[in-house]
Amino acid sequence: MSGEIIFIEGGRVLDPASGTDGIRTVVVRDGRIAEVAERLERPREARAIDARGKWVVPGLIDLHVHLREPGQEYKETVETGARAAVAGGFTAVCAMPNTVPPNDNTGVTELVLARASAAGLARVYPVGCISKGQKGEELAEYGELKNAGCVALSDDGKPVMSSALMRRALEYARVFDLPVTVHEEDLGLVGKGVMHEGPAATRLGLKGVPGAAEEVMVLRDIALAELTGGRLHLAHLSSAGSVRAAREAKRRGLRVTAEATPHHLALSDEDVARSGYDTDFKMNPPLRSAADVHAVREGLADGTIDCIATDHAPHTVVEKDLEFDVAANGVVGLETAFAVCLALARKGAFSERRLIEALTIAPARAFGLPGGSFAKNAAADVAILDPGLEWRCEPGRFNSKCGNSPWKGAMLVGRCTHTLVGGRVVHELDMGASGQGPMGASGSGPKGER
Amino acid sequence: MIGRHKHLIGLEPLSREEILGLLQLAVSMKEVLRRPIKKVPTLRGKAVVNLFFEASTRTRTSFETAAKILSADAFNWTSSTSSVTKGETLLDTARNIEAMHPDVLVIRHPAGGAPQYVANRVGCAVANAGDGAHEHPSQGLLDLFTLAEHFTRVGGKPGGEVGKKEDVVPDFGTIAGKTVAIVGDISHSRVARSDLYGLTKLGAKVRFCGPPTMMPPGVEAMGATVHHQLREAVEGADAVVMLRIQHERIGDPLIPGTREYSKFWGLNAKKAAEWLTPTCAILHPGPINRGVELSSEVADGPRSVILEQVENGVAVRMAILYLLAGGAHEIDTPAPEGAARA
Amino acid sequence: MNAEGIERALKRMAREIQELARGGELAIVGIRRGGVHLAERLRRELASVTGQKPLVGTLDIALYRDDLSERASAPVVGPTDIRFPVTGKTVVLVDDVIYTGRTVRAALDELVDFGRPRRVLLAVLVDRGGRELPIAPDLVGAKLEVPEREQVEVQLVEGGAAEDQVIIKPRGNA
Repeated sequence: MSGEIIFIEGGRVLDPASGTDGIRTVVVRDGRIAEVAERLERPREARAIDARGKWVVPGLIDLHVHLREPGQEYKETVETGARAAVAGGFTAVCAMPNTVPPNDNTGVTELVLARASAAGLARVYPVGCISKGQKGEELAEYGELKNAGCVALSDDGKPVMSSALMRRALEYARVFDLPVTVHEEDLGLVGKGVMHEGPAATRLGLKGVPGAAEEVMVLRDIALAELTGGRLHLAHLSSAGSVRAAREAKRRGLRVTAEATPHHLALSDEDVARSGYDTDFKMNPPLRSAADVHAVREGLADGTIDCIATDHAPHTVVEKDLEFDVAANGVVGLETAFAVCLALARKGAFSERRLIEALTIAPARAFGLPGGSFAKNAAADVAILDPGLEWRCEPGRFNSKCGNSPWKGAMLVGRCTHTLVGGRVVHELDMGASGQGPMGASGSGPKGER
Repeated sequence: MIGRHKHLIGLEPLSREEILGLLQLAVSMKEVLRRPIKKVPTLRGKAVVNLFFEASTRTRTSFETAAKILSADAFNWTSSTSSVTKGETLLDTARNIEAMHPDVLVIRHPAGGAPQYVANRVGCAVANAGDGAHEHPSQGLLDLFTLAEHFTRVGGKPGGEVGKKEDVVPDFGTIAGKTVAIVGDISHSRVARSDLYGLTKLGAKVRFCGPPTMMPPGVEAMGATVHHQLREAVEGADAVVMLRIQHERIGDPLIPGTREYSKFWGLNAKKAAEWLTPTCAILHPGPINRGVELSSEVADGPRSVILEQVENGVAVRMAILYLLAGGAHEIDTPAPEGAARA
Repeated sequence: MNAEGIERALKRMAREIQELARGGELAIVGIRRGGVHLAERLRRELASVTGQKPLVGTLDIALYRDDLSERASAPVVGPTDIRFPVTGKTVVLVDDVIYTGRTVRAALDELVDFGRPRRVLLAVLVDRGGRELPIAPDLVGAKLEVPEREQVEVQLVEGGAAEDQVIIKPRGNA
């Protein structure tokens, strides 16, 4: 509401973009960041939010989520996905285009934006297809897609197998300054693999996918990025070789950015083996060896991997409660990302500041999105995270429609307690009723702005 | 129950004692196979359902025979489809069958983990008859049984005569210290894995042999040594297990063809005479591609114990069914005291 | 019953078997586990009386039990060893103790699966009464009245005991 003043007091403000890390008060006025300072006097008409013991950070940004609408609303809708997002502290998400029909046209783009606007929760930035129908044959209409509101291009879910098409996509996208985010796997090397190729797969008797299946495509696309001068973003990197290639590409000054998921930072193929064929450990790319996990963590720590993106992929029991070979790939992640990554930061994989950077300003910069910082007059997208809050991960109580998570039943530490989008509180953790469920402000909010 | 296990999913989870218990029981079961009336009333009124999602006449018939000798009722449910391809999921199929109250479900499925998946969701006992490339525990057990018989018969004396296949009571301690070579497409072989687990738990050393394309990743960590030359693998071995080579593997050719495979990794009479000791046993899970992995001479020759494997297969499967189906389903029913002395 | 008593009983039973057998070809079959050593002793006694060692075998009845569904786990199966054709023989089934009669019933079922004996005689060292089936031994070493809450144990030196004896003790964790 216009004119509302909110004082977020007593929290540790972590704003990597400005370097701020300390106890501050964040003042929100008219939906914008008015001031971030110590010891401010709160006027009587201002609403106070007590953030003592918590972190106050710019609203988290997730470059890679699957909202399943249009076409698979039984798994998730833009609204339920946006609700899951704000529950996890995310104020903006990029919606992947592998919907039914896929987002290769203005119609689908506008639908997604309209749903997001009606929900009034997280901002949703649609991503358009690289190729028409994601068929990997013809370029989609990037200009139209950008005009309709797309912020990036992807055929995610599938790789672009044709090198010729990938080259043209990178070149053509330059005109509209759109990043191309790519799902990297060589389908020939993947074959019928369902988990990482290695001793764990051998023990389980499951067909494996070598890390090289991802690396050969990463190397190819880096070469094409160099050739074309296009903006390449490497989605969900999982193997050590890919991280090495990305590091080298950055050192040479190429416009290459990269992301990694919380599950690829936290889990390995041994976790799949220990799970007893649990399909909530089946995703693409698969969970790889301990050495690969280590390389991904190092890559995030040293900036080779710019940001963390969840690849939130809801599937119901129809797709998941099957034998491992045929179960669908993917896990949800919006509501567990902070806790999982915080645990890794506590173990020393990367600093807490780097963690927040990877969830805020870094994704914003990678895609050229607004937000990700507490710059004066920036839209007041804020997440208040309690780093000490213990909670049991109960998929049945997720805000997402689906519960396919490898952390189901686990005790996690770290949770978002408040989320503001454009100065409105859209999520507040209800501590009374065993800490579940948001109490969001209703009504329409700002749609995904650019 | 097999020890603490309600199901038989593989040999990897079993302890050495549990495996020995099964094998010892199979000795008594084999005796029944030699009687004039090959039937005992033990599992009368119990139902064994073979749920096979992969074509397999021999394993299915073996389980069926085992069930019938124990007077259980045996039913076959073959499906050439797995979940999703034709509508009914694996789970639905298993649940439908369970509603007919079987005591044991014997499952063969192309997906590793499928028997475990079903076992977690049904109330009856589950026996794995082969799941993907994961395990084939009854084959592993019958190979152990056959090897123990052979080693006992040969007496462990180098240069001893193989001679006539007279009946022996197998001493399972003879497996310790022996070297067994397993030759073939190890990467796709559940038999190789079950054999490996069983042999290493009973103290034998295992050599895997085949071209690099047929070696699974991480194989060294499993406890076998890896050899790409057949001669190196079989010289000095006490037994050789030859695996069946599939003629084609569409989309992912591992070898140029069977001719080259046979030349470099197949066993013929000449290689057998020059490289194998006279008492080296030759095993094969069947069916044999004669002329590819084994020549007819070797398959039918004096070292071959392939037919013994088949007979022992029935005895081993009788032991498995007896332990899984025998006894009450409520685990905490105590045995009536003194019942054995009535 | 002490060692002397056991020996006397076995000698008497051997003579009785000889009379009852009336010239038929004898086979002594011990029921595992209690009847195995006794069968061997009877066989020796008969050999010294007749000058001929009769055939011998052992039967394990685990696969023929009638209480499989009531037990928590499948009972251990021991070896059955019958190497001679059963058809036409006079088979003497031997067990150490007969109580409810169920073991003998199982042994009879198993025996006839091997062939058609000319005659089956049942020899037990101790008959403690308490039959639940209409089964009666033909040859008995001794009849003992034993309360239901107690059990009879036959200890033999072949089984590792210091001396042969029959003891009665409370049922339960022995």
